[in-house]
Amino acid sequence: MLIVVCIKQVPDTTQVQIDPVTNTLVRDGIPFIVNPYDTHALEEALRLKDRFGWKVAAISMGPPNAEGTLKKALALGVDYAILLSDRVFGGADTLATSNVLAAAIARLNAEVDEVGLVLCGKQTIDGDTAQVGPGIASRLNYRQLTLVDKIVSLDLSAKKIRVSRKLEGRHEIVEAPLPAMLTVVRELNRPRYPKVQMRLAAAEAVVEVWSNKTLQLNEQKIGLKGSPTWVSKIFSPERVKGEILGDGYADPTGTAALLIEKLMAKDMLPL
Amino acid sequence: MIPDPSLFAPLLLASLAIFAWGCWKRLSLLSLGQPEDRCDNIGTRIGDMLRYAFGQKRVIAKPFGFNHFIIFWSFIILLIANTEFLLHGVFPSVSLTKLPDSVLLPLLLLLDIVSLLALAAVTAATVRRAVKPPYPEARTLEAFFILFLIGTLMLAYFGMNAAKISAMEDGARALARTWMPVSSFFAGMVPAATGSSVYGISWWGHALALLIFICYLPNSKHMHILTAIPNCFLQRLGKPNTQPREEFTIGNSFGVDRVDRYSWKDLLDTFTCTECGRCQNVCPAGITGKPLNPRAVIHDIKVNLLENGSALKKGAVPSTPLIGEGGEGSVSEGAIWSCTTCGACMEACPVFIEHMPKIIQLRRYLVESEAKFPEELLNLFENMEGRSNPWGIAPSERTKWCAQLDVKPFDRDTTEYLFYVGCAGSFDSRNKHVSVAMTQLLDRAGISWGILGKDEKCCGDSVRRLGNEYVFDKMARENVAMFIERGVKKVITQCPHCFTTLKNDYRQYGLELEVIHHSELLRNLVQDGRLAIEKTTRDMGTTVFHDSCYLGRHNDVYDAPRAVIEAATGQAPAEMGRNRSNAFCCGAGGGRMWMEEHVGERINLTRVNEALEQGPDTICVACPYCMTMFEDGLKDVKAENVRVRDVAEVMAEALLR
Repeated sequence: MLIVVCIKQVPDTTQVQIDPVTNTLVRDGIPFIVNPYDTHALEEALRLKDRFGWKVAAISMGPPNAEGTLKKALALGVDYAILLSDRVFGGADTLATSNVLAAAIARLNAEVDEVGLVLCGKQTIDGDTAQVGPGIASRLNYRQLTLVDKIVSLDLSAKKIRVSRKLEGRHEIVEAPLPAMLTVVRELNRPRYPKVQMRLAAAEAVVEVWSNKTLQLNEQKIGLKGSPTWVSKIFSPERVKGEILGDGYADPTGTAALLIEKLMAKDMLPL
Repeated sequence: MIPDPSLFAPLLLASLAIFAWGCWKRLSLLSLGQPEDRCDNIGTRIGDMLRYAFGQKRVIAKPFGFNHFIIFWSFIILLIANTEFLLHGVFPSVSLTKLPDSVLLPLLLLLDIVSLLALAAVTAATVRRAVKPPYPEARTLEAFFILFLIGTLMLAYFGMNAAKISAMEDGARALARTWMPVSSFFAGMVPAATGSSVYGISWWGHALALLIFICYLPNSKHMHILTAIPNCFLQRLGKPNTQPREEFTIGNSFGVDRVDRYSWKDLLDTFTCTECGRCQNVCPAGITGKPLNPRAVIHDIKVNLLENGSALKKGAVPSTPLIGEGGEGSVSEGAIWSCTTCGACMEACPVFIEHMPKIIQLRRYLVESEAKFPEELLNLFENMEGRSNPWGIAPSERTKWCAQLDVKPFDRDTTEYLFYVGCAGSFDSRNKHVSVAMTQLLDRAGISWGILGKDEKCCGDSVRRLGNEYVFDKMARENVAMFIERGVKKVITQCPHCFTTLKNDYRQYGLELEVIHHSELLRNLVQDGRLAIEKTTRDMGTTVFHDSCYLGRHNDVYDAPRAVIEAATGQAPAEMGRNRSNAFCCGAGGGRMWMEEHVGERINLTRVNEALEQGPDTICVACPYCMTMFEDGLKDVKAENVRVRDVAEVMAEALLR
């Protein structure tokens, strides 16, 4: 049985700025990280590997430098790491992205081993759409279990999975037959830390790259051409510059008084 | 009962064989250890050996240590008498009495007095161990047995001499009274008729005690008699707070999980420990109830080596794990993570055993090879690697502290000093005040300085002390490359952790920086008159100073911060009971800053209460971690009327307000 984890390289959003002229993210010099939700998907896959001896494949669609993200997955213990990279994949929206990822999963299913589970983060922190996981499930006709915060049970003989979904203010326990696609939330687990030996091995490892020559997808279904949605503008909300009151270090009492006065004047202190 | 060579000679040979076998059994295990050069700078090493082994400098630093000094020197001097005794037992013609009187008589006097002193010292040691032992577990049969043996040797020595004197003629007896006064005193108790049997009993008592001692020595903790002197010679010449680098290539092992991964000197340390307990009596973790006892760590490594030694020699897998549940021969993970790396144990050890590097090696194994560590550290490690600061704050925020100030970037042509602000000085809201005070003082003194701004990265101290050498190595390489590229030569730090890392650790990466801690710089500026204090500040009230471990013990900076406080306030700060090289850690070193303290009493509360005993208005520190630990501790003990100030803030108070 094979578990496929979809991971994405995203810019470290705490460090992202928007170019005021072009309205695009300034990516120069911004470090990339593995999408945080995906790290939980990866961890869960590795735990299932530890428990059942399944193999884990990590796949990622992105530019050639997304190899780093897959090397991180290799350092954590995945068995296969495949980068889906091709100029024709570029500019994809969630639909086009899910087409490529689904095709890769289908290929793994055919050539490596039967895919039992696909794990994705619930969303990425750069796009925030939460659509790619469900998109993959639809393309592959897998059951989709979103917002999973716990795998309650996994019945291998009956090929059934039961999970807990984290919803607003409540949990939902649902069951589905395998193969299934899960999107996961942070509460699912605590990701492991890579061992140095594994990091060194991962650094030397060659990440397999699949282009569209490998996947042979219709170019109308992928990349910019296959994307019915496009981003017309990105902007930061205007933020009014704050005001500095007094000197809190030299005169904390006086400064506190100033603040109280200010808040009272704005009627922001309930009395 | 008269000594009979035909009986004694085989006994002696057997004892010497047992002695040699015991020594070989243990010392041959050292060959299992990894290579390490400890024979450089022979001159310095001989000096250290004379000072610390023969001069017993650290032994006598504690009052009762003088007792050991007497036993040590008695042992050395009595080697003459004991060698004669053994030779005489085999070859009856060998005797000190063949020496001319001018040499013999003073020698007899010396031996007589030294034997009395030794007898008194072992008696005192026995009483002390029984009544008020150096540490609770010190009342071991082994310890009493060895004291009993030494006592027996002394009494038997007097017994032999007394019997001889009692049989002497009047003239000789009068001479003996002058040159062997103690023995003569005992001779008065020996009736002439029993002389020969007293002599026989004493001789054989002496012989048996000596032979048992010889057999027992290499098989017990008293092996230190053989290893302590070489251990002082072989000590680390630099401070042992800087851990060796690791080489990150595939196939290497990282850290230590088996005794044979330690260096041979690490293993020798374990045979040098006499279990005096001084390390455990100063360990902030142990004292506050954590599962760490530095004496036990050394003991457990020794036991592990003895248990696994023969298997390891054959290349087999060791049976007793080095990192385990903490039974004898294993060190528990609780102990490993409790260490604050304060270095008090190493400072206290009379024979320079290096506890802390051994603990860090165990941490390295856990972190690097097993990825097993307290869960609080996961975020720390990721933050350090990803964003180069412990909190994971965006690096772009690093200069927020000086957004309102006119701070110049460091430039090799126009600025002399790099002010390496450090993560706490850049991000910690309380510590930013120290950074601001520093900028004002530097400008006031007319120092030419600049910062790296957003390009500054964490020095990596915490990850190195926590055993994450892989991440430290990456951080150190990046920093060293940047320092070289920017032409940094002189650095000011306001954090002792940055200070020691830039100064000592980066040297391993080929970077020789002139690093100065802000307390030293401020002291120098006051001395040079570049910071002229016209009016000392009264606002600080009475002050007490707390030594940071990484400034004091690890780098020997004790006077500078005190001088700064004295210059600024007109009064020397009060001293806590434990100060300077004996100072008690705040609890934050060794990465403990980023970990919870679940077990026992909190280390910072212990230290805060100690500071409060001096009734201060202000507790002065010279380290951002100490600052945090004291501020938190004062809140916990509800002593919020007491302030914590960095020495730079104290100086700024006098100069700028």
